[in-house]
Amino acid sequence: MQKYKLNAIAVRKTYGDVTALKSASINLKAGEFLTLLGPSGSGKTTLLMAIAGLNSPDSGEIWIDGELATYLPPFKRDLGMVFQNYALFPHMTVFDNIAFPLRMRKNKASVIKEEVMKVLNVVELSHVANRYPKELSGGQQQRIALARCFVYKPSIILMDEPLGALDKKLRDTLQREIKKLHENLGITVLYVTHDQEEAMVMSDRICVMNDGEIDQIGTPAELYFNPSTIFSADFLGESNLFSGKILSSNKQEVEVAGPAGMVIKGMSKVPVNVGDDVKFMVRPESVVINALETEENVTHGTLTEVIVSGQITKLFTELVDGTEMMSTRLTRTSEHTLPVGAKVSLSWRASNTIILIS
Amino acid sequence: MSLPSNASPGITGASIFKNRDWKKLLPISPAFLFLGFFFVYPVIILLGLSLVDDSGSLSLEHYVHLFEKAVYMKVLLITLKIAAWTTLFALLAGYPIAYLLSTTNSNTRNSLIIWVLMPFWTSFLVRTFAWMVLLGRHGALNDLLFALDLIDVPVRLLYNFTGVMIGMVHALMPLCILTMLSVMENIDRNLVSAASTLGARGGQSFWRVYFPLSIPGVAAGGMLVFITALGFFITPALLGGARDTMIVQVIIFQIQEVLNWGFAGAIAMLLLVSVLIIFTLYDQLIGLSTLSGESTQGRKKGLIGRFGARVGSIIVNFLGNACERFGMLMDLILRPKAGSARKSMGRLPLWIVSMTILAFLCIPAFFVIPVSFTEEAFLGWPPRGFSLQWYEQVLQSDAWAAAASRSFIVASASALLGMSIGVPAAFFLVRRQFFGKAAVFAFLVSPIIMPNIIIAVALFYLYAKLGLVGTNLGLILGHTILAIPYVVITVMAILKNYDHRLDQAAWTLGANKWQTLTRITLPLMSAGLIASFMFAFIISFDELTISLFVTGGEVTTLPKKMWDDSLMNVSPVLAAVAALLLAFMTLFILLTEYIRRRGTGDEL
Repeated sequence: MQKYKLNAIAVRKTYGDVTALKSASINLKAGEFLTLLGPSGSGKTTLLMAIAGLNSPDSGEIWIDGELATYLPPFKRDLGMVFQNYALFPHMTVFDNIAFPLRMRKNKASVIKEEVMKVLNVVELSHVANRYPKELSGGQQQRIALARCFVYKPSIILMDEPLGALDKKLRDTLQREIKKLHENLGITVLYVTHDQEEAMVMSDRICVMNDGEIDQIGTPAELYFNPSTIFSADFLGESNLFSGKILSSNKQEVEVAGPAGMVIKGMSKVPVNVGDDVKFMVRPESVVINALETEENVTHGTLTEVIVSGQITKLFTELVDGTEMMSTRLTRTSEHTLPVGAKVSLSWRASNTIILIS
Repeated sequence: MSLPSNASPGITGASIFKNRDWKKLLPISPAFLFLGFFFVYPVIILLGLSLVDDSGSLSLEHYVHLFEKAVYMKVLLITLKIAAWTTLFALLAGYPIAYLLSTTNSNTRNSLIIWVLMPFWTSFLVRTFAWMVLLGRHGALNDLLFALDLIDVPVRLLYNFTGVMIGMVHALMPLCILTMLSVMENIDRNLVSAASTLGARGGQSFWRVYFPLSIPGVAAGGMLVFITALGFFITPALLGGARDTMIVQVIIFQIQEVLNWGFAGAIAMLLLVSVLIIFTLYDQLIGLSTLSGESTQGRKKGLIGRFGARVGSIIVNFLGNACERFGMLMDLILRPKAGSARKSMGRLPLWIVSMTILAFLCIPAFFVIPVSFTEEAFLGWPPRGFSLQWYEQVLQSDAWAAAASRSFIVASASALLGMSIGVPAAFFLVRRQFFGKAAVFAFLVSPIIMPNIIIAVALFYLYAKLGLVGTNLGLILGHTILAIPYVVITVMAILKNYDHRLDQAAWTLGANKWQTLTRITLPLMSAGLIASFMFAFIISFDELTISLFVTGGEVTTLPKKMWDDSLMNVSPVLAAVAALLLAFMTLFILLTEYIRRRGTGDEL
């Protein structure tokens, strides 16, 4: 157990008849940034609360720093938590809020003052030390909540959707700041979010959760390019998901009978047999419209919709049997835009076709 | 958040620290033990007495006597009649104010609500004296009517049904308004806007959307007023005539004059049964949960409930349609033009009505002030001359000083005791999930619903055995019974709005349970706790019924001294005491308001 900062083994939690968490196991190495990613009700906050000691699991074990902590009260676990609504104490100044954990640990007043000012410098808010939380903006409150956590150097910091209440611009800035603080201070972070982009930006590893269970754990790249489940493939990024039947299989290379009579070449990490019903996924950015040099997979259809969403343009094409396929490309000036109704060809590589067992 | 919706923060808070079961019940057990011994036990004994005859054997003699004598049935009918009319008037007059308060912005509301609370917190007897000054043959109102040449002979407003009605509606309307407000506050204002965009006229959207949603509040307010009115005796005794005798006056007579405990117990039983019937009806129709401002949606209705809902929807449809027709008629006459702005009176009529009713609630008490400076030896209007003699008489009197200091001590002590019992119980009720929570809540607040006279008589009987009659301790314990429900209700309301995540944050930052309580939870709640202390203080300070009995005529509190004096001779001395009390209470309320605002940090 020693090599892990945090180890949760088969943690299970029910509320009455509702099973919030079926059986979840995760481990965190020192200095790692792990994100629990999943939709509402997937059990990610329940797992986080169990690790914080804010609920008691029905079964399973939680080890922190090599010591068993499953039913240890929260104030005896050496960890910090940043809450979604920040949970800054409204009756205390910023200084007192940050000094609180140090006072609870019976530090000397001089040490407290020094440490608080130091951490306020790190988050660049030394000038608000004597203000009350409600006099600060949302972004400032968030930074103070982080400072309150960093100040006593807990071995693990838990963050429960800490940026959920902020607007997009501020969120982008703070994502990078948290990432920077994580790298500079070498802290271990367990982060909860339902925003897949946020998870991709910040994490060393992502733990995708669904319906009270862990779906897949891996680096952002692994999850994005090689998802092993349909849920992960669908939840992370955008995807074209189709059903098909295996026609031939040679090690990892397979051929699938897809919609609109397509015979598609793809890659499968799991062994498949001829005749198996499978799903396969193609990321929209891998699909090239009207490519000059076509790849292994080619199909044709009619362009039905073009959506310009900032730097990315989404193009929807209807295949002959009515199946819709999405492709994306960087937005170009309008003279290069294809008209709706145009006949187009779509092509993508075999290595970009991921076979998923349904 | 991936927590399931039924998992309130309470669950997580409760289950962290694995304790033995008895330890978990520790916060609520003092409340149970206290109310069990000083409230439930004596009331049961009293009701038991009504089933025993003079020789000590079981008999229905008292009940036979009760139903044989026409006079008692007549008193019961008068009591019900007075309570019913009081309820109707309090609802009709209170609804506009509650509506205004619930739909105005929060600043206006905070300043208006003080004026609703003002009479609620002004001494009960002070208000009653004020009405004597206002409504008498030569009182201020008759004076005004004369001056305006509207009447030739004085109108009889006092010592009859009119006097009782004015006094009781005035006394109970604040309770009615505050209860309705607690429900109306939770009505989403957007629903009315939504109704308008869906094609409902102003009147239609009020009657079809807002009004039905406010009905639980109206019912709760009405029921509380009705059952409180059933237990009244001060107002009918001082403002009513012989024909307005209410049931509690009969109980007092039986005990103080005839010393017939068994028979008094039987009448008390009659009163209690009436209250319980009303309560059951209410629960069937609306549901008791609305009393704490909770929603009744998704609740299964009984037979009576379904019938009530049917009748209710017919009335609402009728009123809604009537409003729509009226609006269409007005359109025919006025022809609205899309191009020109329409002149609207807006909320002006509502403001006028509400301000008039607020004036009715607030102004009377101030009439005791000029009267207290009169040179004459009787309460009259207008006061003649200027003299401080009545103040001198009060301030130099040892009896008044003793009564005032006893009231102060008893009120402080019972508020403190009530807090130390009620606050942990409120924490327990809000933070723990357990079976039968509603029943436990109902039990803790039941002293409010129980007519005070029953508690008073029962306590007197218990105290006689314990030797507590005429002691300060006896008074304190008695008033604590009444303080507990108010403390529980106010502290629960504060706790429900308390963000439990602040406690969780403190735990993760290294504070243990005790440190979290003393450094985070209690400081954040301090304004609410102080308000709840003052609430309990005033309940005791103004309490007469229990004091009347458990003092045993040996010692006296301020309200009891005022009551005793008023039965003998209504002199300007009482006006002077009332004026002093008014000043004291006003200071008290302003102090509460100041602390409340400082606590919520409005100035920051």
